[in-house]
Amino acid sequence: MNSTISDRQRAISVVSPHSGFSPGQFAICLKGIVWRESLRFLHQRERFISALVRPLVWLFIFAAGFRQVLGVSIIPPYQTYILYAEYITPGLIAMIQLFNGMQSSLSMVYDREMGNMRTLLVSPFPRWYLLSSKLIAGTAVSLLQVYAFLLIARFWEIGPPPVGYLLVLPALVVCGLMLGALGMLISSAIKQLENFAGVMNFVIFPLFFASSALYPLWQVREGSPLLYYICEFNPFTHAVELIRFALYAQVNWLSLAVVGGCTVLFILGAILAYDPSRGFLARRGEAAAAA
Amino acid sequence: MITPTLSVEAVSHAYGARQALDSVTFAVEPATFAVLLGLNGAGKSTLFALITRLYATQSGRIRIFDHDVRRASGEALRILGVVFQSRTLDLDLSVMQNLLYHAALHGIRRREAQTRADEVLARIALKDRAHDKVRNLSGGQMRRVEIARALLHRPRLLVLDEPTVGLDINSRADILRYVRQLIATDGIAVLWATHLIDEVADNDHLIVLHQGQVLSDGPLSRVVDDCGATNVRDAFARLTRSEHLSGDTE
Repeated sequence: MNSTISDRQRAISVVSPHSGFSPGQFAICLKGIVWRESLRFLHQRERFISALVRPLVWLFIFAAGFRQVLGVSIIPPYQTYILYAEYITPGLIAMIQLFNGMQSSLSMVYDREMGNMRTLLVSPFPRWYLLSSKLIAGTAVSLLQVYAFLLIARFWEIGPPPVGYLLVLPALVVCGLMLGALGMLISSAIKQLENFAGVMNFVIFPLFFASSALYPLWQVREGSPLLYYICEFNPFTHAVELIRFALYAQVNWLSLAVVGGCTVLFILGAILAYDPSRGFLARRGEAAAAA
Repeated sequence: MITPTLSVEAVSHAYGARQALDSVTFAVEPATFAVLLGLNGAGKSTLFALITRLYATQSGRIRIFDHDVRRASGEALRILGVVFQSRTLDLDLSVMQNLLYHAALHGIRRREAQTRADEVLARIALKDRAHDKVRNLSGGQMRRVEIARALLHRPRLLVLDEPTVGLDINSRADILRYVRQLIATDGIAVLWATHLIDEVADNDHLIVLHQGQVLSDGPLSRVVDDCGATNVRDAFARLTRSEHLSGDTE
């Protein structure tokens, strides 16, 4: 015991504060996490540029090249024949969110390796709330990217009706949360940063190519019924369709149900995975590098 | 009877077949500087992961005041300040941004956070570096910022896992002196994990952890007397039956 301590100091030191957080404090925590993610994103200009360049390359080069090869008949939600570039725009929007979700996942693995993740996890707020806040922050960042892409695409004469820009927002939020939660779930299972390359091969590419992002599913069915069913069960397909319909002021209820359900499932999985008593982290036994 | 600030009761933890902690028991009283001394691999980091709830306790109980870390983790973490062994600052953000982020994670309003951040930075003599990127600070300065950050929400217990590793002699002495002062000025309790024997001082509470077990626990003088040693180095060698003390424990 330190002999220099006065009785007053000792009295102070045994006082324990009152419990609980107010709703305002929960809001402060969320705001802080979103603020930090936005700052990190803005500091990484290369990340912003590459997030835009990737879909624009598909739009300007791939879509232009396949314009004459692939014809798109009138399918909902479109009411006329459309250009191929217009068809793939919702898929590219979903691709932006998919890459953003995986990028967030990558940064979580990096933060875990670097130790930054501990700062978040030792916050006294409930862990489910911290992880959900991080998801919301990642989704907010993806919205910035999507609207920047839509703005550039508009100059390429690709654009939904003006009201579509507003109506697509809720769809983007749900899809952003679903893909972010998927990334978070994956991040909990990745042991080292080096393993992340596998995510590209085993998650991003299959999700993207086995979906309706690049070709209508009726065309896929003609080519391969098996692939068609795989695409139908792919939640990314439903993210694409939810965005596609929302851009044209319609709701695809099936896609909304699938995306909503998967969002809940993935979030629960991520929370469970980061739970100190049940998660992958605890089972792996990495005390020092735990988070 | 005063409630201990930190109470570790029969805590065991295993990674598969490997037992990292075996029925570890000790308590840290308020306004005490407690040193958790152990060689690398003794189980210090595992214990820190359990105290900070990065891991759930498999058996036994850890309490901070009356708050069980497992059952009331929010309340326990709210009065706990942590400095981890590895650097946990965001290098791409400024010192102030790191502090404000931490404050938000404790639900502290922006204006109040700014005031507290100015205050803690002044205490560690880094107020003029508030808007510098953390990347541009020296190792010792980063450590001081991490300690300042851990104090921002005014914890009652500060736990530090090998905070002086990798620092030069002067930085080590500065940090140690500063943390010891906190006990006198703020009345907080400190749990300081280290493998460096020269960081132990006469008035400290000493807990010797070796291969996951507490070999001795009490005021330094008693620990030394109990094992018939003349000083802490000798006591540690006898307790751990080390034939020689390597550079690790110098």
